[in-house]
Amino acid sequence: MALNDEVEMLGNVSLFAGLQPSQLKLLAFTSQRLTFTKGDMLFNQNDSGDAAYVVLCGTAEVIVKINGSDVVVATLEKNAIIGEIAILCDVPRTASVRAATKLETLCIEKEQLLKLLKEFPAMAIDLMKVLAERLAATTADLSTARAELNKLSAG
Amino acid sequence: MLERSILKFTWIHSRSSQLWILFIVLLSMPTYFMSLDLPKQIVNGPILGQGFETAGVEQTFLKLSWTISGQEWILFEGIQLERLNMLFALSGTFLTLIIVNGLFKFYINTYKGRLGERMLRRIRYSLMDRLLRFPVRAFRRIKSSEIASMVKDEVEPIGGFMGDAFVQPLLLGGQAITAMAFIMVQNVYLGLIAIFMIGIQFIIIPRMRRHLIRLGKERQITARKLAGRVGEIVDGITHVHVNDTSHYERADISSRLAKIFYIRYELFQRKFFTKFLNNLLAQITPFLFYVVGGYFALQGKIDVGQLVAVIAAYKDLPSPIKELIDWDQQRLDVEVKFSQVVEQFDIEDMLDEKLQAIPQDPVGPLAFPIEVNGLSITDDTGTTLLSRARLTINAGSSLAVVGPSNSGADVLADTIVRLYVPDSGSVSFGGEDLFEISESVIGRRVGYAASDIFLPQGSLRDGLLYALKHQPVSERVYEGPDEQTRQRFVREAAITSNSKLDIDADWLSIDNSLAESGEGAVIHQLLVDVLEASGLEDDVFNLGLRGEVDPHKNPQFADNILSARKALRSRIEERKLSELVELFDPQAYAEQATIGENLLFGTPVGEEFAPEKLAKNEYLRSVLRDAGLEDILVTKGIELAETTIGLFQDLPPDHEFFNQITFMDAERLPDYAALLKRAKQAGEAALTSDERYMLIELTFSYVEPQHRMGLIDEELQNRILDGRNNFKNGLPENLTETISFYDPETYNAAASVQDNLLMGRVTHGIARGPQRVFEAMSATLKEMELRDEILDLGLEFDIGSAGKRLSSVQRQKLGLARALIKQPDMLVLNRPLSALDGRQQAAIVGNVMKYIEHHPNKPAVIWVVSDASLASDFDEICVMAGGKILETGKREALMKSNGAYSKMLAE
Repeated sequence: MALNDEVEMLGNVSLFAGLQPSQLKLLAFTSQRLTFTKGDMLFNQNDSGDAAYVVLCGTAEVIVKINGSDVVVATLEKNAIIGEIAILCDVPRTASVRAATKLETLCIEKEQLLKLLKEFPAMAIDLMKVLAERLAATTADLSTARAELNKLSAG
Repeated sequence: MLERSILKFTWIHSRSSQLWILFIVLLSMPTYFMSLDLPKQIVNGPILGQGFETAGVEQTFLKLSWTISGQEWILFEGIQLERLNMLFALSGTFLTLIIVNGLFKFYINTYKGRLGERMLRRIRYSLMDRLLRFPVRAFRRIKSSEIASMVKDEVEPIGGFMGDAFVQPLLLGGQAITAMAFIMVQNVYLGLIAIFMIGIQFIIIPRMRRHLIRLGKERQITARKLAGRVGEIVDGITHVHVNDTSHYERADISSRLAKIFYIRYELFQRKFFTKFLNNLLAQITPFLFYVVGGYFALQGKIDVGQLVAVIAAYKDLPSPIKELIDWDQQRLDVEVKFSQVVEQFDIEDMLDEKLQAIPQDPVGPLAFPIEVNGLSITDDTGTTLLSRARLTINAGSSLAVVGPSNSGADVLADTIVRLYVPDSGSVSFGGEDLFEISESVIGRRVGYAASDIFLPQGSLRDGLLYALKHQPVSERVYEGPDEQTRQRFVREAAITSNSKLDIDADWLSIDNSLAESGEGAVIHQLLVDVLEASGLEDDVFNLGLRGEVDPHKNPQFADNILSARKALRSRIEERKLSELVELFDPQAYAEQATIGENLLFGTPVGEEFAPEKLAKNEYLRSVLRDAGLEDILVTKGIELAETTIGLFQDLPPDHEFFNQITFMDAERLPDYAALLKRAKQAGEAALTSDERYMLIELTFSYVEPQHRMGLIDEELQNRILDGRNNFKNGLPENLTETISFYDPETYNAAASVQDNLLMGRVTHGIARGPQRVFEAMSATLKEMELRDEILDLGLEFDIGSAGKRLSSVQRQKLGLARALIKQPDMLVLNRPLSALDGRQQAAIVGNVMKYIEHHPNKPAVIWVVSDASLASDFDEICVMAGGKILETGKREALMKSNGAYSKMLAE
């Protein structure tokens, strides 16, 4: 059963690790399976965000426009969640995401995700954890970058 | 100024007709009186035998003679007739007189009716004519439905009155005076009594009617306001629902209806009391005659004969008096209505008629430079909208006005097309003041679009071409009866000062040349160009694809689509797009379609096989039974229901997630749960036909790749294919018209062009799948040069009332396209794309600028944008805030100066 496969994969996504199998099944049912071919854009920077994606298999690249040229800033693999920020805080997409290979995803629409979070607080806490970790990593990156920048300008 | 007195208005505009009808009425009098007199002659003469006392005596008939100062002039000697012949002759004359009288009446009534209708037409037209010249700000306070109610209903009774406006009082007055004079001749005192009583009637009744007038006014205003509210509710119906204010609206309507009821009730009371008093006074006069006249007669002051004659004469008096008073009542009524309406249409600062005059020559190019000088505008509350704005726009230059919604940028743009009147300062076009320029110049040489757009009901094409309909380009030539109809129209229009322009003439003036008529190909190219520039082309193309074409009426088109279908299929194969599309094959199960669709394998026509009641269809049920499918589908239905109920068991009932189930109505989930319980306890065999129907219905909407529950296996697919074949082959004769089967080789008249082109389904779950298929279709159609035909079909799309069948984005694009289609000398675009997101806006701004750049007559552009980044394509940028222009200049200069523009960009 295809739905059951998806449930299994969703269980491996750290964000949804704390969910009961029945809840995972519901999540799989309410979301849409979406396949991207290599090179397809999932979304573009500055679009308004309407959905988040869970990578079921394949690789996606996060791209930011710097001085008019595209720079790949991160690669996302199986079990990663993409695009949840734009959904949670109603800002335009902060980066573009492109399928680097054939990419199988589960697309969770904004409304559905918010409803799920409301219904299952455990999931909200997990999501918070993921975001906090990511913030910590970004902050660390930022300080390293600042230090290097200082070094460069000093030198 | 419109004339406020209805009598004056009528006299001014129908003097000669009124005199003519009076003349005809007078002309009809002699025959009328003769016809009254004749019965007496018939009875007394031939029947009773006066003058025929002896047998064989003959009398003269039809002797025409006048006696002037004793001398008799004989015109006709007459004929000598004996008694019986005389009876026939007189009766014949009587019949003739009756016919003549009838014809007179017929003529008079028709004439008066026509006169009234013409006056009504004139009033209505002149009201609308004035409305079209109202200053724009006047419309901020006007409710359209109130205006409609005035033009349509309130002036309606006026027409009926106008025919009688002068004839009636003269005629009735004449009759009354004659009767009065007769009474006076008989006895002066009795005459004075009659005059006195009539005087009382004439003094008291109008006094009582003052209230009636007041009430009449109130009634009119409350009724008009009711119409206004009704219009408001209709326009704002969505807000009534989303705010749950329907009860408030009900209460409001109820209170208004109550007010109208009270007014009308009081009106009736007073009206009938007045009538009562009127009758009483009329009846008191004979009472006085009997008392006073009888007293005089007993005293011997008048003889009895005189008294009888007076009373007889008085019989003729009340009816004209009463009618005269009725006429006066009607006059008051109509006068109130008329002045009420006219008052609403008497507005200051109306556009001078000269500015709307139809130009005889092509409207010359717009004069540049356009100078905005110290322009200040405040609204009616005193808020400053624009303060001392100064700006110059040269021919062919482009200017972006950047600022948020209260910055004054909108007001500045709208003032240039004269939608605001400046309090101080000026706008001039090549030195000429904006408010001195004819509307034809502004309306034809300036293309304007704002965020809202007026769209007349009709096709998309009509909506686009509306901006080209300034005046007929050429007279339409009519022949035969049509020509007479047209001439009659022109005659009547002249009589009532209506517009004589022919609505059915060719109104499309392209490229500002009046001589050149709207050639189909030119218009088409123009349409395609502006659709492309405004980004509406794809929308129109889509609408065309979703349209339906009757292959019998348009066999060429159907053939083209069939060849395009073949081309699309080979394109899909060549480009390896097969995974995107599943093509319909009568011999294969369509995985991307529902089970129900797979069984039908055709487009339902009408209600018989409509999806929502397909499972109940008797014929289909019999096919399922015969193919042994019914039991299988019931089992599958149970499986599907079980999985679904299992999915949602943790959620509280009525949770929003239930709406996610596309194959089941969430409300019916408990029904299915109960059904499952029963099936488990009693076994599947015990289910009733209705219960089985419920389960089958569930499976009919199931699509494996979408719902992913593993319901469909090869076995089931083969069974369904058998069912499909049986369904088609066994279809009863009387049902053949209710379904149009999918056939890769023929055009399906019931399906859209798109479905015909594809004859298949887009695969579920592939990113951008639908878009890519659409692109392939679009490319195929372009290759086969069918794109224009599809666009044409899309242009025929009925956009609904005020374009509501289009999305707000499409309406705005349409507005922009309409500004472009004029081929103007200047474009004034006031946030025309506010419903679009930033990227879409930027794309269209780029497109339009490119379109302009390549245009032989490159127009100047003033484009109001909210987002500073949209301004980069423009020659100059003007930044506004708080009603003031902060800075103006070239982009680079503004960037360097580090002022408002660069701040906005950084945000």
